[in-house]
Amino acid sequence: MGLTVGGAVAIEVERLSKTYEGTVTAVEDVSFQVAAGEVFGLLGPNGAGKTTTLRVLITVLRPSGGAARVLGMDVVEQADAVRRAIGYVPQERAIDRFLTGREHLQLLADLYHIPKDKATARIDEVLALVNLEHKADEVARTYSGGMKRKLDIACGLIPDPKVLFMDEPTLGLDVESRLKIWEHIRQLKARGITILLTTNYLDEADQLCDRIAIIDGGRVKAIGAPNELKSGLGGDIVTLTLALDDLGRVEALAQAIKGQTGVKAVSTKQQVVDIRVSSPEATLSAILGAVTAHGCRLEFVDYHRPRLDDVFLAHTGKRMKEDA
Amino acid sequence: MNDYVQEVGALTTRWVKRLSRERFSLLFTLAQPMVFWLIFFGNLFQKTANTDIVQAPSYIAFLAAGVVVMTILNNGLAGGTDLLFDKENGFLERMLSTPISRTSVVISRFLFVMTITSAQVLVILGVAYLYGVHPVTGLGGVAVIILIGLLFGVGLTAISMALAFSVKSHGDFFSMLGFLSLPMIFLSSALVPLSAMPGWMAVLARLNPMTWAIDAVRPLILTGWDAALPQIGIVVIVMAVFDAVCLWGAAKAFRKTLG
Repeated sequence: MGLTVGGAVAIEVERLSKTYEGTVTAVEDVSFQVAAGEVFGLLGPNGAGKTTTLRVLITVLRPSGGAARVLGMDVVEQADAVRRAIGYVPQERAIDRFLTGREHLQLLADLYHIPKDKATARIDEVLALVNLEHKADEVARTYSGGMKRKLDIACGLIPDPKVLFMDEPTLGLDVESRLKIWEHIRQLKARGITILLTTNYLDEADQLCDRIAIIDGGRVKAIGAPNELKSGLGGDIVTLTLALDDLGRVEALAQAIKGQTGVKAVSTKQQVVDIRVSSPEATLSAILGAVTAHGCRLEFVDYHRPRLDDVFLAHTGKRMKEDA
Repeated sequence: MNDYVQEVGALTTRWVKRLSRERFSLLFTLAQPMVFWLIFFGNLFQKTANTDIVQAPSYIAFLAAGVVVMTILNNGLAGGTDLLFDKENGFLERMLSTPISRTSVVISRFLFVMTITSAQVLVILGVAYLYGVHPVTGLGGVAVIILIGLLFGVGLTAISMALAFSVKSHGDFFSMLGFLSLPMIFLSSALVPLSAMPGWMAVLARLNPMTWAIDAVRPLILTGWDAALPQIGIVVIVMAVFDAVCLWGAAKAFRKTLG
């Protein structure tokens, strides 16, 4: 797995573990590196350990074991220096509905000890960056979900950070707002900011991230660029969905398909059979032959190049459920 | 040092802004204790209260000290509420990811609660004044009453913040506050003097720091410096112990949440 990166390293996580109250293990033996200038995604379902990892990196949670460094600084030993260098964009709810956008930014500027005169310019700059000037002086109660998200990002940018941490940047947003937020994230990357984000959206990980770490059950299951991970599966995927009456015949069919040449792996879930093949042209007719031979009825056949959810399935043994 | 002033100033300003934008909350915060307790309760028991037993010209005059300290109690115990919401919605985490001193959040909250409490004490004394209760020790006495309020308020606010940081849900927080506040009031000299209480209640009331605060505030309003000074001496010692215990108990919860 791509544990180390060439060039400048922005974030380094080494055998990190976190146990709550001595019993519940949220994260275990997590290691990865993020190169300077990368958009790196932690992909996993809820409770996988993404947010725990993030909270250790932003210095608000102490790890139980292992170490983490941001720009070479230890998140425990040099917490204050880390805090000065990073920006943090929490989930959308972390907005004070009684304050205006500008007041949020002014508060953050004071917490980062930016002198008043410089703060005014900086606040205008980040407001322009996220296109929120027109709502800057209204209280956040009147903001839409997308606007709150933009304000969150603006708050995270106040310290002019070299590394930005984002927790589920588009969770719960409508499609249009999501695309806008993605655009903002790409702009930040173009400015040379290293970004680490958590997500449980496969398409977000796929389209936005240079590299991702798939996390499940508190452990890293795979690391790499989305395309690398997909081609790493070695082959295309044929998915057969059988009629419900054929449930009893699924296992026998899977066994028969496993023996065919060109078939690399077969897995089943209820009446669905996932088959990884090296060359579909040669194998497809053999697969369909086996279906007929077993007297199964096909409801649906799907053939596709590997997608990120196939990667997730291959490494965790289960399908990713996304939260809307 | 400048950094510290800047961050505490900004955090305190936020509490003030929040309160000023919640108009109804502001109104009820200021009006609730004096309306319900001083005016309603005070007038309700005016005729039934025996002035020989309460040792005051009227029941309202007797009650004024009690309502002042009840206000300090309620404000202090509710002092952690905003932090509870900040903890739940992630705002606290946002603040803690910035390079601020770990004490700033707590200190800003103390400053805010103490300021609001002092303002409320003045409002209550003002309303009492309209009912003819004129503090015999004058403005100097009023200043001392506010200082006693600050001494008592520190420990209470510390408990409230520690509770806000420790509870699993905000339902727990509010039910614990409700559970604490009424017994503290009934088992104190706020509504009747200890001499008029059943013996077992008087014993419990003696253990209540609120009683000591009231017993120092009451002579400042009713009798004068001679009677008040010994009580003030005692309350300073009682509150020093009370605050030390509260802060010591709260420190663990603060460290766990604030790092």
